[in-house]
Amino acid sequence: MRLLLHGGRIVDPAQKLDRQADLLIEDGKIAAILEPNTSVADCERKDVSGKVVVPGLIDIHVHLREPGFEYKEDIESGTRAAAAGGFTRVCCMPNTNPAIDTAAVVRFILERTTQVGVARVHPIGAATRDMQGDMITEMAELQAAGAVAISDDAFPLQNAETVRRVMEYCAMLNLPLLTHNEDKALTHKGAMNEGYTATLLGIPGMPRIAEDIAVARNILLAQLTGCHLHLLHISTAGTVELLRRAKAEGIRVTGEACAHHWVLTDEACMKYRTDAKMNPPLRTQEDCEAVKRGLADGTIDCIVTDHAPHAEYEKEVEFDSAPFGILGLETSFPLVYTTLVKTGVLDFSTAIAKMTSEAAKILGFPEGTGTLQVGAEADVAVLDLEKVWTIDRNAVQSKSKNTPFHGMEVQGKAVFTVVGGRVVEL
Amino acid sequence: MKHLLTLRETSADDIRYLLDTAETLKEILARPVKKVPTLRGRAMITLFYENSTRTRTSFEMAAKIMSAEAINIAVAQSSVAKGESLKDSILTLQALKADCIVMRHSVSGTPELAAQLLKHTAIVNAGDGRHEHPTQGLLDMLTIRQNKGQLEGLEVAIVGDITHSRVARSNIWGLTKMGANVRLVGPRTLLPPDADRLPVKVYDNLAKGIDGADVVNVLRLQTERMERGLLPSLREYSRLFGISPQSLKAAKSDVLVLHPGPMNRGVEISADVADSKFGIHAAIEEQVTNGIAVRMAVLYALMGISSDTDG
Repeated sequence: MRLLLHGGRIVDPAQKLDRQADLLIEDGKIAAILEPNTSVADCERKDVSGKVVVPGLIDIHVHLREPGFEYKEDIESGTRAAAAGGFTRVCCMPNTNPAIDTAAVVRFILERTTQVGVARVHPIGAATRDMQGDMITEMAELQAAGAVAISDDAFPLQNAETVRRVMEYCAMLNLPLLTHNEDKALTHKGAMNEGYTATLLGIPGMPRIAEDIAVARNILLAQLTGCHLHLLHISTAGTVELLRRAKAEGIRVTGEACAHHWVLTDEACMKYRTDAKMNPPLRTQEDCEAVKRGLADGTIDCIVTDHAPHAEYEKEVEFDSAPFGILGLETSFPLVYTTLVKTGVLDFSTAIAKMTSEAAKILGFPEGTGTLQVGAEADVAVLDLEKVWTIDRNAVQSKSKNTPFHGMEVQGKAVFTVVGGRVVEL
Repeated sequence: MKHLLTLRETSADDIRYLLDTAETLKEILARPVKKVPTLRGRAMITLFYENSTRTRTSFEMAAKIMSAEAINIAVAQSSVAKGESLKDSILTLQALKADCIVMRHSVSGTPELAAQLLKHTAIVNAGDGRHEHPTQGLLDMLTIRQNKGQLEGLEVAIVGDITHSRVARSNIWGLTKMGANVRLVGPRTLLPPDADRLPVKVYDNLAKGIDGADVVNVLRLQTERMERGLLPSLREYSRLFGISPQSLKAAKSDVLVLHPGPMNRGVEISADVADSKFGIHAAIEEQVTNGIAVRMAVLYALMGISSDTDG
C-alpha cells in the first residue's frame, strides 16, 4: 500500500531537512523523500500543497483517564484529541483506576488502543503499588509488558529513601524515572502559585521552592544511583537553573515543559477561574521567561502537554475544591508556533524536534522514531502554518472542555495525521 | 450595584454611598418601634456554610427591620449534607425566588462562583474563606468615621493573623479607597506573601506598627495557627502582639480600638482594653450596632425597589 503526500514542504529536524519535497510511504514505513512532482505509480495521492509535513508529534506526558475515569476521557477520545493536535504517539500516565501498576493494566491499555485508538499509546508504569508511595512495583514485568518508563506523577514520592530505591531499580532496568517534583509539606492545601495573586484572592499558595527542593533532591539521588531522571512539567526558574547545572555536571537528567507554563501566569486565576488551575500551577512572568530561555538553550529537552481532562461539573466548583488539570493535546502545537516560533524564541525545526525526535530519545524509542528517515514508521503530521484561528473549548475532540485558552487567537493547526501509513480520519 | 462580593471591586463612590446610607438608617435603630416598610415583599435567604451566629443574626435583624422576609438555611441540615453541589444549592435558592442570598463559606471565591451562576438574584458575601468580608469592612469604616469625623489621612493599624483574615483584606481595600493609611502588623509567619505589594506598610513589631496610630483594629487569633506550627504559643503571641493598656501607649492617646469579634480576652486583646478601662476607647459594641445599619444599607442597595410601580 503506497501513499504519496505531494506538494508540501518537508521538515525533519533529525535529518536537518527543510525543503519542498514529496513524501512516499509504503507498507507503513517511510519509503522515500522525492523531488516535487516526481511521478509515482500505483499510489494513493494526497495533496498537501501549502502545508508542512513533519514527523508525527510525540507527547510523552498525557492523562488518558482509562481505565477508571472514562467520563473525563478515554483512549478513544484521548487519541482523537491527540490526532487533532498533530500527535501520532502519546505516553499515558499511571494515575488511572486501577493504576498502571501491573502488567495486566499495561496490556489492557495496549489492547484497547488497537481496538479504538487513532494514535500509538505507550503506558508509563507507576513507581509504587497503587501510587501509595510504599512498595515498589514489579517494574521488570511492567517493562516486559510494554511500559516505557516509570513515574510518580500526581502522587509525588515524598520519602527520599523510597525515591532512592525506585531509582536504583529503574537504573538496573534502564527505565527512566519521570518525577513530579513537589514537596507536599510546603504545598500543604495550596491551590495556586504562592504570591501576590493568591494573596489577593485569599487562596492558599504553593511556593515555587516546593518544586525546586524536590528537584534538587531528585537530581542528587539520580547522581548517586545513575538513574535517568526526567523532570516533569518544569514550572519555575529555579528548576530550570538546577537542570542546567546538573547537565553541565554530566548528570543523566532531562526535562520537559508545557505550553501553559510559558504562556500564562498566575494572574489567569483571577476571578477564581478553575480552568487555570493545575499542578504545578501557573507561576510568574519571571518563570515564564526562564522556561522559554531553557527551551532556547537546550536545557529543557522536550515539549509536552500534561493533558489532564476533567468533567465540567468537576471544575464548576469552589476554586480550592476543583481538581488540578487542563487540556493540552489540541492546543499545544498552535501555542508553540504562536508563542515560540513566531516570536523567534525557537526556530521551527528546533520546535518540531522538541515535539518529536527529542521526546523519543528520552524514552529510548527505537532509532528513527520521531523522524522521517527512510525505513522509519510512517507516522506523519501535516500542519497548516498559515491558519489563524480562535481556540474554542466547545469544538474539541476531547470529552472534556477544561482549557484556559478558550477565545485565544493562535496561528498554526494540524490538518491531519498518518499513523503507520494510514491517514487518520476524525 | 448588582452584588456585594468584595470591597476590592467596589468603587469609592459606592462605598461612600453605603456608609452615608447606613448613617441615615442607623437612626431607625434608636426608635422604640424599629420597623420600616422599605423592603416589604423582598426575600433574603442566608446560606451559611460556616458557623456564625452574630453575622447571621445581624443580617436577619437588618432584613426584618426593613420588613423583608428573612430565612436562614443551616447548611449542616440541608441537602448539602446529602452531597448537593454549591451550584445546585444556589440555583435552587434562586428558583425559590430569593431576591438576595447572603453567603458565608470557608473557601475563598464561592460568592464569585455563585454570582456567575445567578441571573436574577443578588449575592452578598458574608465572608468567604480568607478572601473578603465586605460588610465587616464597611461597619469598621463607619465606626471609625463616626468617632474620628473622616477616614482620609487616618493611620489605621490592623493587628493579628493577616494571612488568614478576610476582615483584614476588606479593611485594606475599603480604607485605602477612602484615603486612610493602612498598616499590617503581625508575626512574620502570619503575614501573607507579597504583602508589600499591597497598598499598605507591613510590620512584624507591634510598637513600631502602631506608633502614632489613630485606630487599631485587633483581629481574633485562631488556635489552629499553633497546630500548624505558625506560632509557638498563645502566650508568646499575647506578649508580643497582645493589645493592652501598656502596649497601646505607642499609639495616639485618643486611639480607637476595634475588634470584629468574638474576642479571646487575654490573648489578642486584654480585658481592660475590651472593657474600655483607663480612658481607652474600644468601640466593639458600637461596631455590632453599626453592623446592622450597614447591612440595612447593603440590602437596600441590592434589593431596594427602584422600578416598582408602588414605590
